[in-house]
Amino acid sequence: MKTIRIVAALAVAALVPIGLAACSPTTKAAPSASHLDLTVEDYFQAPQVDVYNKIYATCAAAEGDTVTATHVPGASLISKVLQQSSSKTLPDVLMLDNPDVQQIASSGALSPLKNYGITGKGVSPGVLSAGTYKGDLYGLAPAVNSLALFYNKDILSAAGITPPKTWAELTTDAKALTTPDHYGFAFSGINTYEGTWQFMPWMWSNGGSEKNINTSQTAGALALLTDLVKAGSASASVDSWAQSDVDNQFIAGKAAMMENGPWQIPSLTAVSSLHWGYVPLPTRTADQTSQAPLGGETFNVTNTGDKAKQAAAGKLVACINNAKNAGAIATANLYIPSNEAAAAAFGKANPDLAGFAKIIADARARTALLGADWPTAATKIYTAEQLSLTGKAAPDAALAQAQSGN
Amino acid sequence: MTAIDLAAAGTGQAAPKEPLRRQRRLSVERIAQWAFLAPAVIYIGLFFGYPIVKNVVMSFQDYTTKTFFTGEAPWVGFANYVSVIKNSLFSTTLINTGLFTVGSIVGQFVIGMALALFFKRRFPLSGVLRSLLLLPWLLPLIASSAVWKWILDQDSGILNQALLFLHVTPAAIPWLSSPNVALISVILVNIWLGIPFNATILYGGLQGIPEEQYEAAALDGATGWKAFRYVTWPNLRPVVSVVLVLGVVYTLKVLDIILGLTGGGPANATQTLATNSYQQSFVVFSFGTGAAISNILIVISLVFTVVYLRLNRRAIDE
Repeated sequence: MKTIRIVAALAVAALVPIGLAACSPTTKAAPSASHLDLTVEDYFQAPQVDVYNKIYATCAAAEGDTVTATHVPGASLISKVLQQSSSKTLPDVLMLDNPDVQQIASSGALSPLKNYGITGKGVSPGVLSAGTYKGDLYGLAPAVNSLALFYNKDILSAAGITPPKTWAELTTDAKALTTPDHYGFAFSGINTYEGTWQFMPWMWSNGGSEKNINTSQTAGALALLTDLVKAGSASASVDSWAQSDVDNQFIAGKAAMMENGPWQIPSLTAVSSLHWGYVPLPTRTADQTSQAPLGGETFNVTNTGDKAKQAAAGKLVACINNAKNAGAIATANLYIPSNEAAAAAFGKANPDLAGFAKIIADARARTALLGADWPTAATKIYTAEQLSLTGKAAPDAALAQAQSGN
Repeated sequence: MTAIDLAAAGTGQAAPKEPLRRQRRLSVERIAQWAFLAPAVIYIGLFFGYPIVKNVVMSFQDYTTKTFFTGEAPWVGFANYVSVIKNSLFSTTLINTGLFTVGSIVGQFVIGMALALFFKRRFPLSGVLRSLLLLPWLLPLIASSAVWKWILDQDSGILNQALLFLHVTPAAIPWLSSPNVALISVILVNIWLGIPFNATILYGGLQGIPEEQYEAAALDGATGWKAFRYVTWPNLRPVVSVVLVLGVVYTLKVLDIILGLTGGGPANATQTLATNSYQQSFVVFSFGTGAAISNILIVISLVFTVVYLRLNRRAIDE
């Protein structure tokens, strides 16, 4: 999951009149049987974008086609896709953040991948469920990410503490690690889908479900985070921190531990004085499995109606997802290949990411249960978390209020 | 009339041709009039009329992501309005919008007026200082809200660091992270942003008051506060009403500064009608509900616009 930038979101809000279908200036080249010019749209930026551009070009060239890639800002991708849907100017291959796949698929804008012989064989079940809508696979992610508990080795070893495995250990460790200079723990409890994404591991590991958040399991998870803030082991500002803010706090030495993802690793290795490690996020009891949410971008074939181009787009999606390219994408983003065999090999070759390869194996898709209704549930989850973190309501009352009040 | 008729009768043949020519001239004139009007009418129809009509229609439809692809938006009548008003968030956003608007306007106006009066006297560097005052206006909103977010950060923000250093507060103030304080912080930043507008317009109004009136008033013993009360204020009334009404309409729809600072949080403490409409349309993709909220906002703005037009007319009549 990429950090959502309000800046970009605002720019879109200003530029997209809701009902007006913008005309795309692209001119269609005369169709020829042998050579096709495919369009790809994604939200990647430098430096990863070069890797993707190269993969698109190589994959298309193998079929004798060419490709034109458009890279839009992350937060404006969906608005752009909606515009393109209504003006019938969708790109041939569309990249989507995995929790958006089902919603866009439900609109009819995507074409099932089985039409192009893509079955997702060997890909981990979590990744497949993220790209599946009503039994059909619509999107496939070559590589994925998740969340873990990062810790500052220097601070922990100075306090004689090993990374926590259970909630009780997390609570006591975070308290012990809190000094006037730094908090014990940092996470993002912001009122966006980022906050929801960071809440999922605690909720899922404890048996909570997004179908109904007004349960004791989810309340237990919310109570854990709320008590960490109440005890002063985590800053009260977590309710306005995005994941990049959490990362900045950790890098600045203002948090001994943080919940974050592998895409932050480059920013951590850039600081040579920082010694860090990561472990799976703690669970309430030692016998529970840590279940983190699955992040990552899927590639999809759109429903343009141009049979020849759709077939070529299908081949392009398959090629982007092949083992070699998945490896390159994983390396560029510090993701894990979604193919299980490739993930194991990748973990061996990249010791920094070996732990994430294990976390991914148990990771869950956010849209697996609710599909296109996920945004409503995700809004309820961060609403409840905000009510509880700010002390406006007790964890169980906050969840009850959010579940019913929508 | 009679004289003309007689004259026409006298000239005989010329009489029937005259009105015809006049008629032709009239219709050419008419066409020319419409031709001059057309650009404005088309412009207003296309860029004001269409979006408003579309927005009203959309608020009666189940307009979702699906609609963009299929073009189908089922008619749902008042269902969107009912769900918006029944939602517990509606009263919160309504109250927040009211508090935000009143708080911002009062702060902006009082400080703007004070600065305008202050800069009315000429002193060394007053011109430079007056242009510096425009600074908040010149900065891109997104940039200034990002900087304000740093300034107001609870743990490492410069404001709290300074207050703690000066022992003004015993503990760090959770400017943006407490639901009890966040709205106040957002209002304060919006006041900072609105001061240039108020100060500039009021300063312009002050320039228009003839100096002789102050001199005459001074002879009658009205100086200082009395001069303000009996000379400045009555003369400034029309300008004040413009500033206040425009200020209200601008403030009601403020979106960017709130999104930049708090995103409507924490716990919806700074959620206004404008941010909630944005949230519904562009985050949850429930465009019908978003349109319904924005229509409610438009109606509220419209009330103030009518007030503005009334006041304006009265000012002209006077």
